[in-house]
Amino acid sequence: MSLLELKNVTKQFGGLTAVGNFNLKVESKQIYGLIGPNGAGKTTIFNLITGIYNITEGEILFEGKRIDKTPTFKIADVGITRTFQNIRLFKNLTTYENILTACHFNTAYSLLDSVLRTKKYKEGEAILHQNAKELLKIMGLEERRDTIASNLPYGLQRRLEIARALALRPKLLLLDEPAAGMNEEETFQLLDLIKQVRDQFDLTILIIEHHMDLIMNLCHEITVLNFGKELAAGTPEMIQSNPKVIEAYLGEGEAAC
Amino acid sequence: MDWYYVEGILILSGINLLAVLGLSLLTGFTGLFSFGHAGFMAIGAYTTAFCTMTLGLNFYLALVIGGLMAGIMSLIIGKLTLNLKGDYFIIATLGFGEAIRLILDNMQYFGGARGWPGITNHTSLMNVIVINIIGIVILVNIISSKHGRNMKAIREEEMASNIIGIDVFKYKLKSLWISAMYAGVSGGLLAHYIGFLQPKMFQMIKSTELTIIVIFGGLGSVTGSVIGAIALTALPEVLRNVKEWRLVIYGATVVLIMITRPQGLMGGKEFRPIQYLKKWFGKKNKPTAEQEV
Repeated sequence: MSLLELKNVTKQFGGLTAVGNFNLKVESKQIYGLIGPNGAGKTTIFNLITGIYNITEGEILFEGKRIDKTPTFKIADVGITRTFQNIRLFKNLTTYENILTACHFNTAYSLLDSVLRTKKYKEGEAILHQNAKELLKIMGLEERRDTIASNLPYGLQRRLEIARALALRPKLLLLDEPAAGMNEEETFQLLDLIKQVRDQFDLTILIIEHHMDLIMNLCHEITVLNFGKELAAGTPEMIQSNPKVIEAYLGEGEAAC
Repeated sequence: MDWYYVEGILILSGINLLAVLGLSLLTGFTGLFSFGHAGFMAIGAYTTAFCTMTLGLNFYLALVIGGLMAGIMSLIIGKLTLNLKGDYFIIATLGFGEAIRLILDNMQYFGGARGWPGITNHTSLMNVIVINIIGIVILVNIISSKHGRNMKAIREEEMASNIIGIDVFKYKLKSLWISAMYAGVSGGLLAHYIGFLQPKMFQMIKSTELTIIVIFGGLGSVTGSVIGAIALTALPEVLRNVKEWRLVIYGATVVLIMITRPQGLMGGKEFRPIQYLKKWFGKKNKPTAEQEV
């Protein structure tokens, strides 16, 4: 059984078909790439999986259960989380608070517990703070613990967003262009980071990226999307030599990658 | 200046402060603006007065009932309107506040527009201070818990809050509910201080006054709300000797503060006496949960 399966998924905005008859199977513990020209519908697929948009037709299955009617805030409980193309941090909170907030579901004390500062509250908070500190350490953000998120350098903001996602202990992590705006060196640091968290957190990763070095080095399998439809799918080697893919990216005639 | 006059100003500041504390949670920490909180104050005021005057209940029990009543109304209104985004929600609260006032205007049972005189005086400086302290402690406890953090997350970035599993709607509703209860209790205190209730006391200008205080003090700061409530309630009284110019000066002061400190007086920071004392005496305590938030 695949971890995530999309069956004939279609999404229409009025008359425009953003994603048409799309199929995808992501196996557990894999890193799966989703590439394609701008406007191909990659982010729309992320939005469909996380329930931000409702699908028009088809089915989305996670661990064999349908999740396409699940509201967004419950998707995190199912075990899926994501980062955003345009970083969405809690901008005026510190690095630590960003992570701490995301840890919230690891404990269940009620509003009344927090008003009365009961034992349950104190124990719960202790767990949360411990979780947040561990994560801060793993992600190498300790030095920036009290920096306001919007003041972090760009690369670290990306890193923090991944850290915040990991706080939810997801099974599937969706990364939407994590290397956007990064230079060569930062990109390779990111590559190592993704591999590291995959091993450490036992993750399955679905990644959208334009940076071909990153995708080809990282992914076990890749799907190429064009105009909302699957153009090709397979291992990085198969994709690199596929004439249709080269045409979609570079236009007809010239074949240089 | 005699003490009776000063005491009066302090009591009114305290009553305003209680409503402002609630609104601070909604506006400062959850990022939702409301122009209808005078409506919740009105519900609290009339319910409390009804409980003490007609049913003959104990004043404090009546205050609790008044708060709960405002809370219940907020849940109904919230369920209907909290799905509205940004400005639309503000318009909805504005409509709600005015609707409550107009309903009361036409309820002859409570005296209608003529008002309801002769409510016994139960509010004193002592109980206002005690209730405010309780209110502050509850508010600070909520804010420093995960529930408060979830509210702050919603203020910062709604979509990301959703993704990390926060039920945005539920938390907005909780925040509105708590803030409405504060407003309700504050209304009850007001009724039993003035001794007279009239729907006109709860016009939109009252709601905007509360919102101005929250912004004046600084969004996301309890300390700011406290300072703002006392300063802005006292200011028109301090300016009484400049007669008709006092409201002009009041307005100019608010505008001046907004220009020079757009983040408000405290700008999201808090005054934490215990932490300062620890720093002062050089105790190197390990930071505890409360201080980190």
